[in-house]
Amino acid sequence: MKIHEKIIVLFLWMCSSITVLTTALIIWILVKESVAFFEHVSIIDFLTDLEWTPLFSAKKYGILPLLTGTLLCTLISIFVALPIGISIAFYLSEYAPDRLRSILKPTLEILAAIPTVVYGFFALTVVTPFLKDFIPGLNTFNAFSAGLVMGIMIIPMISSLCEDAIRAVPDSLRQASYSMGSTVFQTSFKVLLPAASSGIIVSIILAVSRALGETMIVSIAAGQQPNLTLNPFETVETITSYIVQVSMGDVPQGSIEFQTIFAAGLTLFIFTFFLNNLSHLIRRKYQEKYE
Amino acid sequence: MSQNESSISFDFTDRAKKVKLEAIGAHVYYDDNHVLKDINMIVRENTITALIGPSGCGKSTFLRLFNRMNDYIDSFQLSGQVLIDSQDIYERNVNVENLRKNVGMVFQKPNPFPKSIFENVAFGMRIRGISKKTELEGIVEDALKNAVLWDEVKDRLQKPALSLSGGQQQRLCIARVLAVKPTVLLMDEPASALDPIATAKIEELINVLKEQYTILIVTHNMQQASRISDKTAFFYQGQLIEYEATRDIFINPRKDLTERYITGRFG
Ligand SMILES: Nc1ncnc2c1ncn2[C@@H]1O[C@H](COP(=O)(O)OP(=O)(O)OP(=O)(O)O)[C@@H](O)[C@H]1O
Ligand SMILES: [Mg+2]
Repeated sequence: MKIHEKIIVLFLWMCSSITVLTTALIIWILVKESVAFFEHVSIIDFLTDLEWTPLFSAKKYGILPLLTGTLLCTLISIFVALPIGISIAFYLSEYAPDRLRSILKPTLEILAAIPTVVYGFFALTVVTPFLKDFIPGLNTFNAFSAGLVMGIMIIPMISSLCEDAIRAVPDSLRQASYSMGSTVFQTSFKVLLPAASSGIIVSIILAVSRALGETMIVSIAAGQQPNLTLNPFETVETITSYIVQVSMGDVPQGSIEFQTIFAAGLTLFIFTFFLNNLSHLIRRKYQEKYE
Repeated sequence: MSQNESSISFDFTDRAKKVKLEAIGAHVYYDDNHVLKDINMIVRENTITALIGPSGCGKSTFLRLFNRMNDYIDSFQLSGQVLIDSQDIYERNVNVENLRKNVGMVFQKPNPFPKSIFENVAFGMRIRGISKKTELEGIVEDALKNAVLWDEVKDRLQKPALSLSGGQQQRLCIARVLAVKPTVLLMDEPASALDPIATAKIEELINVLKEQYTILIVTHNMQQASRISDKTAFFYQGQLIEYEATRDIFINPRKDLTERYITGRFG
């Protein structure tokens, strides 16, 4: 190899090592700070206590309220994004004429390009006031609006991943289905949906992972009040919005209060790490099936 | 129609059979590409008709006219008439889903659904809203028996269809079609992806099916055409060159082109 090629290879190697190194560093800090945190707080309390009040004088360190807040917002967003995203995917792949499709697809992708802070304010200043007319007990900060808008944000992700999965189904199956007298609808839901199911499941997992980690929308619209509830109309706090709250606040670094965000962050990381690996696993199996 | 039928005994009965399929002055275009030119053809009930001709001559296009599968090709245009049981199937009020229930199709490459063996055969009933288990079981069993596959799969109906061999998959696809009780079967090179033993089984099956179905089969295999078909239609560059009893085509073709094609002295 010539010397300048060697330099290029070295440069590329360094670029990739930087990302790996950064990831490793983040995980190391997460774990290190969490270990320090768990020297003060027992892991049993952390997992079973029903209150999260590290910033109050009567301190409680139960992660459950933050966890339910996170899961509640995520669940609502998936409930919104999944049916709409899958319907759009089928429409684009099986129904829409090519011309319409070439207009619709980029339009949809604009949704994904909107900054999440805009979504957050949209949820707080448009969606919540609008919903208040229909839902009397609705809090100004609530999981429902945040989840709803987060769902809209996730739609393009689900629809484009699902569309890829549906399009990857061999055309011979469509031909078989149509030649048996199926309608487009029957072909879509009785043949293509099951045949594309692993790809669709992967898209759901990635969407869940995305929703779990979403920060801006929930910080702005869902509130900052740890609340162990499954009522979507109440104020909740997610793990991510708690981390924002503490990092932006005047909690001194190195204090136990500050360390809580690492424990909370680690919890979130474990969830998304597991989900991402699951999606890789499913995708690998799915690729085998078609090869 | 055929003039020198009188010398062959089975053609008398052939004459007596009802006309099932008809193409009258059919032209097909894909954009500017004129791929079928003034095709006139009559197919009688419960016969096997082989469609032969060099690659690209329009056999598949002609076959797909009868279940309107060409409709999915954007550039497809048809003029002339295509009739089944004297009904023009391209008229506006024709229900294409019902038409395809009556006209089943088997493709070159076996294309079972990634479902169980049972669900593959039950598919046609399911999309027509039949979901009673006992009813489905009866129909599935009959269809698999008719496709001579029952003995090989009866103990593993819930196994994935893709676990079957290629030949078994193709018979499964035939069973899937038979289950909705069509009267016409369109087969586009149904054995070309199979080994000789699986091919022999399919041919045997087609011969039995002839009792109840009107069969159109595209094949590149001259021996196969002569073994299984009653009549043979030779297409060349979008034209129907010769359409006669299979024996006549293979023993004394009237057109020089036909003879050159079946004897393999072509191009
Ligand atoms: N989807 C399509 N769009 C445009 N043209 C097509 C399409 N399918 C077939 N054709 C053209 O129509 C002509 C006839 O094709 P067809 O598939 O009917 O031939 P064939 O006799 O079945 O050939 P083969 O023996 O190779 O299967 C060919 O010239 C082909 O290029
Ligand atoms: Mg063909």
